[in-house]
Amino acid sequence: MAKNDTTLYLYELAWILPSVALPVGMLAALLVTAFGAHIHLPGQAATLDPAHIDTTSPFDQPGLVEVGVGRYEARIIAGIWFFNPPEIRVPEGSEVTFVGTSRDVIHGLFLPDADVNVMLIPGQVTRITTRFPKAGEYTFICHEYCGLAHHTMAGKVIVEPLE
Amino acid sequence: MAPVVDTDLGAERRLTGAFFLVAFVALFVGVVTGLFQGLSHAGVDLYSWLTPLVKSYYHGLSLHGVMNVLVWTTFFICGFVPFMAARAYQRPLASRALGWATFGLMVVGLLIAGIPLLQNNATVMFTFYPPMKAHWAFYVGLTLVVVGTWLVTLNLVLTHRAWRRQHPKARTPLPAMMALVTFIMWTIASLGLAAEMLVLLIPWSLGWVQGVNPLLARTLFWFTGHPIVYFWLLPVYLSWYTLVPRQAGGRLFSDPMARASFLLFLLLSTPVGFHHQYTDPGIEQGWKLVHTFFTFAVFFPSLLTFFNVVASLEIGARARGGKGLIAWFGKLPWGDPSLAAQVLAMLTFTFGGIGGLINASHSMNLLVHNTTYIVGHFHLTVGTAVTLSFMGITYWLVPVLVGRGLWSRRLALTQAWLWTVGMALFSYALHSLGLQGMPRRTWIAMATYTQPEWGELTPLIGIGGAIMFVSAMLYFLNLLLTWLASQEPAPIPVEFADAVSGPEAAPVFLDRLRPWLVLSAIFIFVAYAPTLIHMILETSANVSGFRVW
Ligand code: HEM
Ligand SMILES: [Cu+2]
Ligand SMILES: [Cu+2]
Repeated sequence: MAKNDTTLYLYELAWILPSVALPVGMLAALLVTAFGAHIHLPGQAATLDPAHIDTTSPFDQPGLVEVGVGRYEARIIAGIWFFNPPEIRVPEGSEVTFVGTSRDVIHGLFLPDADVNVMLIPGQVTRITTRFPKAGEYTFICHEYCGLAHHTMAGKVIVEPLE
Repeated sequence: MAPVVDTDLGAERRLTGAFFLVAFVALFVGVVTGLFQGLSHAGVDLYSWLTPLVKSYYHGLSLHGVMNVLVWTTFFICGFVPFMAARAYQRPLASRALGWATFGLMVVGLLIAGIPLLQNNATVMFTFYPPMKAHWAFYVGLTLVVVGTWLVTLNLVLTHRAWRRQHPKARTPLPAMMALVTFIMWTIASLGLAAEMLVLLIPWSLGWVQGVNPLLARTLFWFTGHPIVYFWLLPVYLSWYTLVPRQAGGRLFSDPMARASFLLFLLLSTPVGFHHQYTDPGIEQGWKLVHTFFTFAVFFPSLLTFFNVVASLEIGARARGGKGLIAWFGKLPWGDPSLAAQVLAMLTFTFGGIGGLINASHSMNLLVHNTTYIVGHFHLTVGTAVTLSFMGITYWLVPVLVGRGLWSRRLALTQAWLWTVGMALFSYALHSLGLQGMPRRTWIAMATYTQPEWGELTPLIGIGGAIMFVSAMLYFLNLLLTWLASQEPAPIPVEFADAVSGPEAAPVFLDRLRPWLVLSAIFIFVAYAPTLIHMILETSANVSGFRVW
């Protein structure tokens, strides 16, 4: 009986150890890749009153602003059911920080080909930076349900080739 | 475990049956709307057939989400879990009157919420993020349903107390302990949703206050929104741990490990909600990382469950002559639809679990958040691991409830396999399309930005979805005929499994809930308090409501 108990106990241990080791290992791998690849998530940027969005900087002047050599800020306001501006043009190799918010319900900003995937929440400013190393057209779409014409809400980043 | 004198639980059976009836109606609406969505994605748009009942793709999708994951799951669980507890304690529920009052309250709540939902006045999805504003009755009704679930908790606690008075020294029976932990975990977890409803959404939708803080509401929603998946899963685990081993012809491998895993779920289920908000502004990255940490921590009890259940299945299969490292799997009693459905659910869940880790990884999440990848993922988890297990449970339980044998075992087996195959196709397509950037919650058939390469996989969504729909219809047919027409004799209820390593070996602290509750409160406080306080103090984020559908 006693021997039997020990075997059982060892059996249980044999299952418990990998159950701990696996998540720990994966968490470690995750942390290394997250920090190693400098992956950033949106954090606390700023808040604003969506009722006064058109007079609140920087959204009083939506659009593209050059903030340094090859570095741009794209200020985008989402509202049912379009982005303002719907299209921005940057040169190949640019680094673009999207600064976005919503004037009404929650929207999304999703550029599958440039690793941008963030929420635009009324009252909150979302900041996220990405690069466009290759010329081409990049569609950005609203990927949070925002009403009847949600599936038509999209825009474009046109990355122009360097001469 | 001594057999239960089931005649004593006649009232419990009727109550369970009543909850199941509502659950089935919800699932029916859920799979019909699901079929239309799947076909629509495949380019076969039949929504015109549904007018004037369903006004738009999004109206249908709101019905689909609410009926499937809020109503079908909740009503099934409130019927199933207390019944299992009563059987395990071998006594009726502390208050049958309370049981019926609970059912009444939940049905009234469902009707109050269901009317605006059906009338296209609450086309806000099952997540109802403000400032999208539904009719107030939608919020009030759902809140009543949640209050109903708290009454189930109360009844379970009272039943436990009454049992404990008569058995001061005995170990809590494992199924009863699991029932109790499930509902206590849920009651803690649902506080976020309750606060969102009572403090923010209900006063706002009634026009008592002008604005709402969308980020705060969303955060409170996900406070409940992740642990709710454990509210769906723990009843499934209750079946996998305490019934399936017996159905497989063996015993549960380890009772203490099973208890430990449930207590860890109690401890770790809630402080993880930010993993649904990795892409949200207004929450510091550091706190998101804390929630990532807890999310991986909950993976520990999940793995414990996986190993323990697989080991139990193996014991059963080997007792039936199974051999080899993997080949024993074939020796499970695959002819029993209740077991087959649940083992298929487990297999599917293995894939779902791996996918879930990707979602939980805060860097990978950026690729898949709000894409159809997520839709593929949760149809494997709640749509199959949970739903197909519940179906498997009903294959033995409904015959017990109605006192007649299952109408057709063969039909039931076909149904379970069809669901699995349909789901495999459906969810494979959705996973891949999500990685190709296809957004979820979107009327893809009419989208202005569809990519040509999506067309290669979208037909599979329709085909897989149609197979699942047929499977669901066979399921309902079988249950209906069992109830009304079956000539088979009433079955003996499945008994609880014995354990190889029994409860005597479990340390006593695995029976005491209080220390775990205290620890759980501390974890939740640490993970949420700083962020919530910051959001509450933020007064500028006061937004009025919009009706955008
Ligand atoms: C015949 C079976 C089913 C089919 C064909 C089906 C199909 C679909 C499709 C195509 C979507 C995606 C819609 C979109 O994102 O635009 C969806 C969403 C969803 N399904 Fe299903 N489904 C089925 C059964 C189920 C079941 C059984 C459950 C859960 C118990 C479920 C839960 C959900 C949920 C929660 C959503 C997300 C709703 C939202 O985004 O608000 N489905 N379903
Ligand atoms: Cu949208
Ligand atoms: Cu989650």
